[in-house]
Amino acid sequence: MKLSKTLLATSALTVAAAGAYAAGHGMADSMTLVSWGGAYQSSQQKAYVEPYIAMNDGVSATWDESSAEAVAKLRAMNEAGNITWDLVDVVAADAIRLCDEGLALEVDHDELLAAAPDGTDASDDFGDLIVSDCFIPQIVYSTTFGYRTDMVPEGVEPPSDICSVFDLETYPGKRALEKRPINNMEWALLCDGVAKEDVYDVLETDEGQDQALAKLDTIKDEVIWWSAGADTPQLLADGEIFMGSTYNGRLFSVIEEQDQPVGMMWDAQVFDLDGWIIPAGLPEDRLARVKDFVRFATDTQRLADQAKYISYGPARASSAPLVSTHADLGIEMAPHMPTDPNNAANTFLYNYEFWADYRDDIDAKFQAWLAQ
Amino acid sequence: MTDAATEPDKIAGPTPDNAVRAADKADSGPVLAADGTPLKRSLSRALRAQKMRALMLIAPLLIFVLVTFIAPIADMLFRSVENQIVRDTLPRTVEALVDYDAASAELPRDEVFEAAYYDVFYAAERKLHTRLGTRLNYEQTGASSLFRKSGRGLDDIGEVYQDQFEDLDENWDEARPWAELMGDPDWIAAQDAWDGNGTMPAFELRSGISEILPRTSESYSIFARFMQTEEGDSPLEEEPWTVVHTALYQDLAEGDVAGYTGPRADMLQAADALVASPDFETISFRDGFEEIDEDWVQPEIWQTIKTYSPAYTSGYFLNSIDMQKTPEGPALRDEDERIYGLLFQRTMFMSLVITFSCILLGYPVAYLLSNLPMRTANLLMILVLLPFWTSLLVRTSAWKVMLQQQGVINDVLVWLGMVADDGRLVMINNQFGTIVAMTHILLPFMILPMYSVMSTIPPSYVRAAKSLGATNWTTFWRVYFPQSVPGIGAGSILVFILSIGYYITPEIVGGTSGIFISNRIAYHISSSLNWGLAAALGTILLVVVLLLYWAYDRIVGIDNVKLGG
Repeated sequence: MKLSKTLLATSALTVAAAGAYAAGHGMADSMTLVSWGGAYQSSQQKAYVEPYIAMNDGVSATWDESSAEAVAKLRAMNEAGNITWDLVDVVAADAIRLCDEGLALEVDHDELLAAAPDGTDASDDFGDLIVSDCFIPQIVYSTTFGYRTDMVPEGVEPPSDICSVFDLETYPGKRALEKRPINNMEWALLCDGVAKEDVYDVLETDEGQDQALAKLDTIKDEVIWWSAGADTPQLLADGEIFMGSTYNGRLFSVIEEQDQPVGMMWDAQVFDLDGWIIPAGLPEDRLARVKDFVRFATDTQRLADQAKYISYGPARASSAPLVSTHADLGIEMAPHMPTDPNNAANTFLYNYEFWADYRDDIDAKFQAWLAQ
Repeated sequence: MTDAATEPDKIAGPTPDNAVRAADKADSGPVLAADGTPLKRSLSRALRAQKMRALMLIAPLLIFVLVTFIAPIADMLFRSVENQIVRDTLPRTVEALVDYDAASAELPRDEVFEAAYYDVFYAAERKLHTRLGTRLNYEQTGASSLFRKSGRGLDDIGEVYQDQFEDLDENWDEARPWAELMGDPDWIAAQDAWDGNGTMPAFELRSGISEILPRTSESYSIFARFMQTEEGDSPLEEEPWTVVHTALYQDLAEGDVAGYTGPRADMLQAADALVASPDFETISFRDGFEEIDEDWVQPEIWQTIKTYSPAYTSGYFLNSIDMQKTPEGPALRDEDERIYGLLFQRTMFMSLVITFSCILLGYPVAYLLSNLPMRTANLLMILVLLPFWTSLLVRTSAWKVMLQQQGVINDVLVWLGMVADDGRLVMINNQFGTIVAMTHILLPFMILPMYSVMSTIPPSYVRAAKSLGATNWTTFWRVYFPQSVPGIGAGSILVFILSIGYYITPEIVGGTSGIFISNRIAYHISSSLNWGLAAALGTILLVVVLLLYWAYDRIVGIDNVKLGG
């Protein structure tokens, strides 16, 4: 009885104190951050969240590993009128869709985000990577290929050209490709004689889509289709496939951290962006906290710090020179960045506008083709 | 030996028997209860009270199920026909398109472009145009970026007029003069006095202005109310949108303001003179739209808007059976886009195969369980239940390790020399893998109902059959098996209905040939956000299951299903 009274009194005090603290600063003292889980989320935890919490006593952050379904869940939350997330990590294409649907807050990048150390405005520092008014870029990653070095046939050079994916004679073995048309259609056209600058003009037409599917048809029997980023690294490690596409950070960890006989093939890698969005309709105190956190988490030093833990390129131009060595392995991270000049000889940038328009149409065709 | 008390007609007075007899004798009139009320009514009253009491007892559960289960499902399924978004976002356009013949493949009248200009402009201010673009993009590729572009691009039309009015008189680009022209003087005074606390005094049009400037009044009111409610800004301090200038031009070009004497009359009459002068530059709405994107002057987008303008649509259902709405009526999709029919068939077929494999594997186990001594049976039971308690993902991933080409089974086969190293079996990422993994996962749902039915079959029947000279097989087939059928029925229904809605396991081990319709539903819910299509697919799946259940009831009889003793 006495104990429970004491407990009650204590918790009432704590609540009162917390309330007073929050009221004093006009900021909520807890945040729910949404990310992808795995190595990527832990790099965010170490590079942004831990330093932020160390600076702000009494603030806590919870993670929700729901980024893959963020768009659907945010829409459902919005319809239910109960937004439980404060900051959501999404790929740029999803950020554009969330912005289109009015589910993400439009932000003024210069006002919200910190300027670079030399005084450059945030919007200039991020440059073209601000692909939507709601999108706060964080990293540049790429979708590219890894291959088993021990399965390269004898007397043959390791693959260094995207078209070796379609060359079953020189490089026999299974491939892993993502179970969606995006990227695969571009690669197929590129290897079917379409010039890089014409790829999307061709892909707009029915004939172009058929051409790409016909090219993919030549390797269809040898393809394992993946839907989670972890699939390809696992298939490579098991020796199930000869080569497969996935995110470059996943391949880095297979090669450098897990020491598997896997090589990178950077040719025709497709750049994509990942960043934060703030859900629309947050109450003021939570919004104030999130803005404060985002300003800190996307400054030049923090973005550069993240590259210590994972091989994704920081989205700020001013962060690139600050990229240092891996936190545990001690190796230089710069050569492992997709943006490194040696790796970026031939690259694509995910065509957001094209896929926003053609996604539904081409996906219907692609899935029908897959099911045949 | 007759009991005196119940002997006919020995007791006078209101007993039930007497009442019935009295009614019989009376021949006509309703049967009366003991208290004289008609028996039917009194009986139904008693029954009603009983039913009410029963209902009250189950009410908490009923309400719980209704609120947390039936209502959300009904709401979700309702989306399969819902289509208000077009009508809500483009009300004027939908109205102007009423007499447009979508099948004619012509461009609509200029009034439609005018209506679309105002609709899309207002929608863009409320940031609804991109949402509509996403919706229409499901039906017509390219609508998404068309609407996104147009939200920004439509300012160009209004700016043509805004610039000319502004060159004439700077006041046309100021907030205050506009407010004085359009707003009620009392409202202006109230708005001026507003101190920033509480709600703003709602904007009111000045009386009479809407007769002189009808379009401008409507447009300015929308602007002023939007500023007050959405932005929380005073219309006295915000210059109007460019759409208001377009509306003013239209009013001045058509109407006559010479007789106008209200506030800002000079300014308005000067603008009228400017509009009337031959130098005044105009732009037709159609040209304005064409400048934004050529797709606006193609009939397709208008056909799509017209086709999807009703508040309810059959479009999603047509899509989910590989058809589509066209101006000429429903039509089959191109062959290379048909997928749902195939997936429905495959889902049915594979669920049946999985159900039968479960029966084949589960029956002997359930038989063993119910016939072994208790101690051994319990041990076996734990073995059956153990996978049941393991995470679904773990079990599915375990099958991946077992079945893949570099996996346990292939390794063993190669080691035994039964399979060549370069000829390893493909057992995963196809239908086979899905059937194996799902049979394993759903097996307990088959075994448990079978076991509970079998354990109630008295062993004496079997012994009796044998003592009468039946062989083992006859005993089993003629005596034991028929009694165990209700268990098979219950298990089959459970397994079949569960497997028809499965999607995680097919997604992981199904490859391309082993995926189910649920995988597409999940895709449309979480990736493409086409919830309407997902709801239509889900509705069809639900109806199919109910039909099968009904057929099962007709053929086997649902009374023959037992989940337990």
